[in-house]
Amino acid sequence: MSESAVIDIKGLTKYYGHRQIVHDVNLSVPRGCIYGFLGRNGMGKTTTIRIFLGMEEATRGSASVLGEDSATLRPETRARIGYLPEGHHVYGWMTVKECGQFQASYFSSWNQDIFESVLTHFRLTPGMKAGGLSRGQRAGLCLALTLAPEPELLVLDDPALGLDPVARRSLLQSMLYVTRQADRTIFFSSHLLSDVERVADRIAVLDGSVLRADCTVDAFRQGLRHYVLKFRETPPSAPNWPGLLQSFRTDHELAITVANPAADFETRLAGLQPESIEPVEMTLEDAFINYVGERGEKTFFMNGKEAK
Amino acid sequence: MSLIFSVSPASDIPIYRQIVQHVQRAMARGHVKPGEQLPAVRSLAEDLVVNPNTVARAYQELIREGLAESRSGIGVFISERRQVFSREEQVRRLGQGIDQLIHEAILLDFSLPEIRAALEKRWKESQLDAVDPENPDRRKK
Repeated sequence: MSESAVIDIKGLTKYYGHRQIVHDVNLSVPRGCIYGFLGRNGMGKTTTIRIFLGMEEATRGSASVLGEDSATLRPETRARIGYLPEGHHVYGWMTVKECGQFQASYFSSWNQDIFESVLTHFRLTPGMKAGGLSRGQRAGLCLALTLAPEPELLVLDDPALGLDPVARRSLLQSMLYVTRQADRTIFFSSHLLSDVERVADRIAVLDGSVLRADCTVDAFRQGLRHYVLKFRETPPSAPNWPGLLQSFRTDHELAITVANPAADFETRLAGLQPESIEPVEMTLEDAFINYVGERGEKTFFMNGKEAK
Repeated sequence: MSLIFSVSPASDIPIYRQIVQHVQRAMARGHVKPGEQLPAVRSLAEDLVVNPNTVARAYQELIREGLAESRSGIGVFISERRQVFSREEQVRRLGQGIDQLIHEAILLDFSLPEIRAALEKRWKESQLDAVDPENPDRRKK
């Protein structure tokens, strides 16, 4: 796995003072894939990204990127990574064109055609002042600046934040465009699960500083099941089954969300003697909310393997 | 052939399944014909703005269900209609669709004769543009 891994994180732990931000995270991102990095705010996503990019030190554990230890990345290796930080900062006094020239001076490779085509995509012209751009336009400019050096690895920290739907779509199109070349890898964090579902091959979910899922989008959706059981009388409470994430009772119904249910799970449900059992399909968003919503102690989707 | 439609990621139907269903509908309505080539995975992915692996997975499903076939090095093509499912599986799948129809119809207060009439009307409509006149009996191989 590690050989083709573009990002390889092992036992990564980070404290700020006494506060633990990231706890024992293991993650391996293979070359050529689009990886969605999910988790609620303040769960350590940005910190994880900054550590594997060598901008912060780990308290424990290690990270490597493009085969090199993150703590001692050479400038040549850094130049092969495109990083779009949160917030899309630009120097407001520069024009769009000047931003490009400024950025280009730091990279040995610079594809002006890519720079200009991304600008066009976001309806930007070279003479515009960076300080006067809208949020979506600024995101477009930053994306153009990040893509023009043709990085092997693209790391986008919440790139869609504050973008309108049109700009978001342009962002996704740009991401798919980049991965036309099979050896290009994208690692992006996002809260927009519909975007993640569209473009990601795999997802990693960081929750309460712990990595709680690392699998394909489909495996995540399929692994989470939701059932509604109807009863004539007041429903019994749900036994503490392994994998049970949530249960919810109304007068005549018991709703259950379970992760990676055992093969005989529906038999167990039938054991409660309901009048009917109805499996309910969940969207990725439902699945995510159910998964990170309440119980923080369990981890079910690690590389497709069931965790202890 | 053109397969432009819109996928909705926020749906409870996975995106690859939405693509499969779209092709199935297009076939049932006769909008795509056996022998037609499906768009290249990469280009359909970019048109729909979805991950290429999702499109590839949809194509695999279509191939698995016997609706399309892969010709190596060229691409994926719509197959001649043939049945890959056993009779039991055909009946089971039809049953699923019927159940859904019945639930819907009951909630909307339709009677059985009304459903029957509506079903026949729609059946005829879909046959008008669907059937290839040279090959009207599509069940036989």
